[in-house]
Amino acid sequence: MVMSAYFMWHATVLPIGWNGMTGGPGGGAFPFWLSAIMFVTAGAIIVRSFNGQLDNETPFFDSETLRSVVLVVISLVITVALIPWVGAYVALPLFLLWYLKGYGRHGWVVIGCITIGTPLFLFFFFEVTLKILLPKGLTEPFFIPLYARFF
Amino acid sequence: MELLGHLADGFATSLSPLNLMIVLLGVTAGLFIGAMPGLGSVNGVAIVLPLTFIVPPSSAIILLAAIYYGAMYGGAISSILLGIPGASTAVATTFDGRPMAQQGKAGLALIAAACASFVGGTISVVLFTLFAAPLADVALAFGPAEEFALVLLAFTTFVGLGGDDILKTIMMICFGLALSTVGLDLISGQPRLIFFDEPGFFSGISFLVLAIGVYGIGEILYTIETQKTAPTVTPAKVSFKEVWYGIKLLNKMWKSLTFGSVMGFFVGMLPAAGATPAALMSYGIAKLMSKTPEKFGKGAIEGVVAPETANNAASTGSLLPMLTLGIPGSPTTALLLGGMVMWGLVPGPMLFIEQPDFVWGLISSLYTANLAAVLVNLALIPLFVWALRMPFTVLCSVVFVLCLVGGYAPSQKMHDVWLIVAFGVGGYLLRKADYPMAPLVLALVLGPLMEKSFRQTLIAEQGNVMAFIERPLSGTFIAISVVFFMLPMIKHVKRLLKRAPSAAN
Repeated sequence: MVMSAYFMWHATVLPIGWNGMTGGPGGGAFPFWLSAIMFVTAGAIIVRSFNGQLDNETPFFDSETLRSVVLVVISLVITVALIPWVGAYVALPLFLLWYLKGYGRHGWVVIGCITIGTPLFLFFFFEVTLKILLPKGLTEPFFIPLYARFF
Repeated sequence: MELLGHLADGFATSLSPLNLMIVLLGVTAGLFIGAMPGLGSVNGVAIVLPLTFIVPPSSAIILLAAIYYGAMYGGAISSILLGIPGASTAVATTFDGRPMAQQGKAGLALIAAACASFVGGTISVVLFTLFAAPLADVALAFGPAEEFALVLLAFTTFVGLGGDDILKTIMMICFGLALSTVGLDLISGQPRLIFFDEPGFFSGISFLVLAIGVYGIGEILYTIETQKTAPTVTPAKVSFKEVWYGIKLLNKMWKSLTFGSVMGFFVGMLPAAGATPAALMSYGIAKLMSKTPEKFGKGAIEGVVAPETANNAASTGSLLPMLTLGIPGSPTTALLLGGMVMWGLVPGPMLFIEQPDFVWGLISSLYTANLAAVLVNLALIPLFVWALRMPFTVLCSVVFVLCLVGGYAPSQKMHDVWLIVAFGVGGYLLRKADYPMAPLVLALVLGPLMEKSFRQTLIAEQGNVMAFIERPLSGTFIAISVVFFMLPMIKHVKRLLKRAPSAAN
């Protein structure tokens, strides 16, 4: 219940944080009034959540789901942080490998197919067909022969 | 007979080999997406949208519409085989579809669902064809004031009819609108709401980023939590004899079929309603009209047919305001609208004049998509049974990767990928706290239009706010919006009045 209130507060405090005139005069009027309305509704929701807490008996998270969700989120963040550094073609398979092995507990055959198949698909779809280059970071030099082959 | 001529031109577009292939591909992908519990049409369209740069816009929208359609069919598959709705739109299908499967009639239920979807889809596409052009003609008379009033109307339907918590709905609308103002001011060009002075915010927040975050990552996080144990799949076999038998059974139910379709179509047009309530309403009405209402909930075939016609009809219905007025009727169509803007097309009445090939190509592709969906659906039933056994973690991980790469591809900025993760987590938390997501996405898509039309009107009328009320059309829209807005308050006051005398006693 405390968690629920906390997350309510947390979810609503975000918009409140930038309830300001960051936009400057004129152009900022629209966002300002929107933020103001949001401020009021957020306030009302908080007040209501404090008044009406009795009907909310279930906890917002149970520890097990919280753990798995937080784990996934952390691994996502790490993956995204790795992309510019070691490149999408290392970071994403690493994520897949971690997720499938650590979280899904699949056999190596499934894991192998997906971790190798997905980057291959991405490469041919984005780089070869669409000519959209994904970030490669450190691994850039390894792709130069591939570019020569496909472009 | 101008209409038929347009339609024939449209078929010339949609029957080209490329577009036919795209329809087949889209429908198949849509069926799978719809059949996967946790992924519905919104999620499918959000994830696939960045991949559509590969084809020209008219084919891209045909692809997305086909996915949308396929997902509507596909939702029924897991409703029947797993007892878990594959998409929220198929909730009502579980009521009778699951009992039918448990009685060993899973095949028949699947056939009934597919055929009912087909009927619902076809009737509503015909309605769509009839209504689209006249509505676009009316909409041509709209000025900025009317546009503003219409957007306001769309938002107030969420407040009045959405059924979600009102304060939370209002807050999500404002949040979405505020996000849409990030970047450079439309009129003066000043930068505003540049958080932390990040240069990435100057170009604004793309609706695609929000959609992928909320409907891709956020949704999967939510599903991870709700789906801890793998459910059991009921096996289903389908033979031609059964298909024929199913069609014969449906013949007797034309009443609930037509009713469900027509009602679904009109309910689908309302921004806040859409396919899920349409399906539930249709189920309720079929039960009311039935001679044997006691069979409902225990495996009545009508209980599968009624919601499936309605949700398909509603999905077509929600395309109508999107295409003619530029106001989407559901979150999925909001994404389609955003996609069209991205491809450089301006949805709304002018589209019918400037891009008739595009509009009629899309409309005629709905006919082909419908036919393709029912055929693919029936043909691939064994494959779906197999696919539903696929461990959920495999799907999750691939969807995550697609979301990250799909978010990067259009703008090629890491900034967007970070935003996607942030929106994913934020969207997940907000969803846990029962905040509705549809108004948020709709607000972000409609935000620029709303602000632009509001300020254009004020500039044109020299700051006279009364202009919105004085113009007859916009005045009417505003009046209706006020009514919608007041609706929940009136209910609240009524409840208070009822309680007051009892408290006094």
